[in-house]
Amino acid sequence: MKTVFQKPEALTNATMHYCPGCTHGVIHRLVAEAIDSLGIREQTIGVASVGCSVFAYDYFNCDMQQAAHGRAPAVATGIKRVLPEKMVFTYQGDGDLASIGMAEIVHAAARGENITVVFVNNAIYGMTSGQMAPTTLIGQKTATSPRGRSVSETGYPIKMCELLATLEGPSYLARVSSHDTRHIIQAGRAIKKAFEMQQQKKGFAMVEVLSTCSVNWGMTPIESMNWLAENMIPYYPLGVYKDITAQEGD
Amino acid sequence: MAKTLMKGNEALAEAAIRAGCKAFFGYPITPQNEIPAYMSYHLPLRGGVYLQAESEVSAINMVYGAAGTGTRVMTSSSSPGISLKQEGISYIAAGELPCVIVNVVRCGPGLGGIHPGQGDYFQAVKGGGHGDYRLIVLAPGNVQEMADLTTLAFDLADKWRNPVMILSDGILGQMMEPVEFADQQGVSKMEKPWATTGAVGREPNIINTLDIVPESLEKRNYELLAKYEKIKGEEIRWQEVGTEDADLILVAYGTSARVARSAMELARKEGLRVGLFRPISLFPFPEVQLGALAGPQREFLVVEMSAGQMLEDVRLAIEGRSPIHFINRLGGMVPTPEEVLAKVKAVLGREG
Ligand SMILES: Cc1ncc(C[n+]2csc(CCOP(=O)(O)OP(=O)(O)O)c2C)c(N)n1
Ligand code: SF4
Ligand SMILES: [Mg+2]
Repeated sequence: MKTVFQKPEALTNATMHYCPGCTHGVIHRLVAEAIDSLGIREQTIGVASVGCSVFAYDYFNCDMQQAAHGRAPAVATGIKRVLPEKMVFTYQGDGDLASIGMAEIVHAAARGENITVVFVNNAIYGMTSGQMAPTTLIGQKTATSPRGRSVSETGYPIKMCELLATLEGPSYLARVSSHDTRHIIQAGRAIKKAFEMQQQKKGFAMVEVLSTCSVNWGMTPIESMNWLAENMIPYYPLGVYKDITAQEGD
Repeated sequence: MAKTLMKGNEALAEAAIRAGCKAFFGYPITPQNEIPAYMSYHLPLRGGVYLQAESEVSAINMVYGAAGTGTRVMTSSSSPGISLKQEGISYIAAGELPCVIVNVVRCGPGLGGIHPGQGDYFQAVKGGGHGDYRLIVLAPGNVQEMADLTTLAFDLADKWRNPVMILSDGILGQMMEPVEFADQQGVSKMEKPWATTGAVGREPNIINTLDIVPESLEKRNYELLAKYEKIKGEEIRWQEVGTEDADLILVAYGTSARVARSAMELARKEGLRVGLFRPISLFPFPEVQLGALAGPQREFLVVEMSAGQMLEDVRLAIEGRSPIHFINRLGGMVPTPEEVLAKVKAVLGREG
């Protein structure tokens, strides 16, 4: 029998706990495929963050550390500085990276810390059951913005790629989406590129993946894919925000 | 090796490098600045990594990451910065990651002042962060011990897979004394099969502190508690001077113990039978050893630069079998030997 599809080696056999219609699982697979295709599984140390992806340490088939909420870039820095030849990545949600961990991510980026960051932006705090995140869209209803997020009370959603692109440190910053096959394939390429940047010692690389939280958005899986495309992409435009290899005339 | 005249903070830093410390992550705060300055110059020249973090929060999490690879790693700070590190310290204790954390204590609360204090005793020995955990806490009493206890701290951290805190203070950090460094050869190399170094030809290693199943987390809690009990059995350190015939025993650690020692000598010159009991390990506290000295014929006088924190552990050790008195200064003030002597005399009914 011919094998046409199989689990990447960089994923374990554990059953993932994600809700139906959640794209965390797809993004895990893209990370694992990138690790497999570069042949770096045994060289890789991943850092799981606090959020729905906290159990990532059970899903990735490589050495893993689980970090405190928002601190994954600091933990990754500690690992990378003492093991500079190993591949180190963090996997963080938007509450983790853009709120409580803002200082850690900005300074890791500013230092050009040679790590890969996979940033899963679902515009909500998924794990704690749907509170407003720093990335929650204006007007978006959540458990703690029940009448919709208002600018006068809570300001504006933070665009992390654009913000980090003002720094000299990052080598690669891209925003991709996970809502349909075409975008998932593009997302996979961007994630692989972010690992390649680290392999080539180019410095800090981050891929922001727009993602769904069907359960806390109160939608079916299909509705949530459509909501992402129609509402998130206009505010969070997809694209490459920084690529120093492109500037090198590549 | 010949003795060198060094500041306490520098002696501590040099001892750390000699103990095989390969990474240092810190953030500036007085009165510990000599440690990162020394590390930033010497560590990169001697095969290590120095990095100034964006905050104490980040520094302790860098320590978590590096310790998780099995590397000997250290951070240092002073009181307000140590408060910020507490989240990370709790995770490090839960993850059983060996590392050394130095607190060159200043006076508080709040921003407090930059002068020496001992008001972080509870925070250091009773947990400090959230959850049931303990640090091994060592309290140097001179510059030589700033070095020696640092060497010991790295060994104990590896031996017990536990964070070790050096609880120093602004005076011990800044003062200069001759110091001699232990021979290099002794750097112990412990196998760390649990470390995350890349899963080459083995199952992945995971450094994790999350366990959402109460039955299994409770088991984990009891395992940690059992480890702390073993530490109590094996790692108690203290010093006694003139306690055998003493009518009054001074109990003090760190800078207060230096003052108490001078007061004791003054008292002895006047024919008063005064001794000194100096805990060196604050966790585990030399409870049994101190308790053994208690009895109706004897009184105790605790000297602290806090509102009376170690005092509570002394009471627990003495269990009401001797009267316990207390003298302290706060706010960065250091008690003088004369002040302590006057209190000794008052207690012994000689004066006042
Ligand atoms: C210090 C601290 N504060 C708060 C929490 C509670 N908490 C757990 S997950 C989370 C939010 C995670 O949201 P996000 O990073 O967006 O990840 P998602 O679940 O949406 O993937 C919060 C606030 C915590 N674990 N630690
Ligand atoms: S709560 Fe949201 S982010 Fe978390 S698993 Fe469910 S859908 Fe995914
Ligand atoms: Mg989220």
